[in-house]
Amino acid sequence: MSLSIDDVQRIARLARIAVTENEVIESHKQLNQLFSLIEEMRSIDTTGVEPMPHPQDMLLRLRDDVATATNRREAFQAIAPAVENGLYLVPKVIE
Amino acid sequence: MKWEVVIGLEVHTQLTTKSKIFSPASTAFGAAPNTQTAVVDIALPGALPVMNRAAVERAIQFGLAIGANVKRRSVFDRKNYFYPDLPKGYQISQMDLPIVEGGVITIQVGLETRSINLTRAHLEEDAGKSLHEDYQGMTGIDLNRAGTPLLEIVSEPEMRSSAEAVAYAKALYELVTWIGICDGNMSEGSFRVDANVSVRPVGQVELGTRREIKNLNSFKFLQQAIDYEIRWQIETIEDGGRVVQGTVLFDPDKGETRMMRSKEDAHDYRYFPDPDLPPLVISEEWIERVRSELPELPVAMQARFIEQYGISAYDARMLTSSKILAAYFEATVAAGADAKLAANWIMGDISATLNREEKTIADCPISAAALGALIARISDNTINNKTAKDVLKKMWESGATADVIIERDGLKQESDTGAIEAIVDTVLAANPKAIEEYRSGKEKALNALVGQVMKGSGGKANPAMALELLKKKVG
Repeated sequence: MSLSIDDVQRIARLARIAVTENEVIESHKQLNQLFSLIEEMRSIDTTGVEPMPHPQDMLLRLRDDVATATNRREAFQAIAPAVENGLYLVPKVIE
Repeated sequence: MKWEVVIGLEVHTQLTTKSKIFSPASTAFGAAPNTQTAVVDIALPGALPVMNRAAVERAIQFGLAIGANVKRRSVFDRKNYFYPDLPKGYQISQMDLPIVEGGVITIQVGLETRSINLTRAHLEEDAGKSLHEDYQGMTGIDLNRAGTPLLEIVSEPEMRSSAEAVAYAKALYELVTWIGICDGNMSEGSFRVDANVSVRPVGQVELGTRREIKNLNSFKFLQQAIDYEIRWQIETIEDGGRVVQGTVLFDPDKGETRMMRSKEDAHDYRYFPDPDLPPLVISEEWIERVRSELPELPVAMQARFIEQYGISAYDARMLTSSKILAAYFEATVAAGADAKLAANWIMGDISATLNREEKTIADCPISAAALGALIARISDNTINNKTAKDVLKKMWESGATADVIIERDGLKQESDTGAIEAIVDTVLAANPKAIEEYRSGKEKALNALVGQVMKGSGGKANPAMALELLKKKVG
């Protein structure tokens, strides 16, 4: 698998990263080098090997359903850049 | 050209847990903004999620209730996207190995019964809320809802009309509220539907291009949005245009869907297993315990009602539309009512009055025992059906029992032959023409006279007895 210049531009747009034309060309080259490394790893035969979703062989710990958290809004909002009426304020977003 | 409609639904159900899926903050609705958040919900660096056992148990309950495969091992993934109501920058969800796979929901449209297959159901966390009112030109964020447990239930694209989609959504709603994993409060967002809709020429095998209608929170909007979308897609194609895959929003005021984003702009969610959460493993013992604790499900209860009470399939279906209604019916019968009469009264006068007063069966002022006692008075001929309706009205208003009202208002049906006979004689004397018609073979001529006897008795005569006496005297 390899990426096209268009792919790189699209990824940059989705990641909200502004890139210049030169950066696109440079990133394109670097990303495709990465892909060739991945290609090499993919050439290993893993038939019959169960994929590991987690590097450690552990099971998920479960907790009882009890609401013990107290209201710490004041402490949390003390480090927020802008708040009003208990809300965090962020730059206007309307999708 | 003839078109075929293809619909699949994705339903987000909020699970009835006290605390959030990965944090010990409360999930109660309506608290002041940001007062129900823990470090995990606001994504402070280093805060780690810990899974809520009750959320897992709700998912197991659902899987067993629809006959699905409850996976003994499932995995949580990060779904990455940027939005301020998701402070971590990713939603914890399940992608490749969801907790529930397969399963079936049975729906009824008109007289036809159909099975709709489910693809999967997976656990995930809800996002917070963005408030776009003007806060100094900024957006306000409330993270109380962030981390509320959701079960996203995905159907196969097997529905062929908006009516089927609504029937499926209602059957699913009935089931999740029945087994108690969701409170069903649609106005609070506890049950939200996304509909994937496409059209294709009849006979074509491959699917048409679909558009996804997001976030429908009522069955009415679901129906309207799908109907509009179907018309729009067919018209677009017939006018030589093409449907572009994407996400649309439904505007209930205009009754229209409009494009939110096309596939070109679709997020690349970059799913990968969440390193904070090792695989979820569910033991056989746990599954067997949940199975043994599941309540009797609607479909099984319908079959039992038909068998045990001799009521129709339609009545059985209506009476099992909620667990509380089914319990009310059974309690009415247990209080001495004939089952068929009980079904008729509950779906007739009781439902009609509840609807008029915008109440549900849970707030019904007449208890099942009181209704049962009233119906018993019809069966034992103490009162006739018409009088019973009046008694019910008085019970509704005063809270008195049927027997008290019948006694107090002297409503007891007149079954004394002598008294009715006298009225019958008067009515017959005044209606020689009806007698003649009856004798010349018009059976119905006497029915009108029964009405007059009833009127003459102040509504208290036993109508069957009145008809019998009329026939005897004329015949």
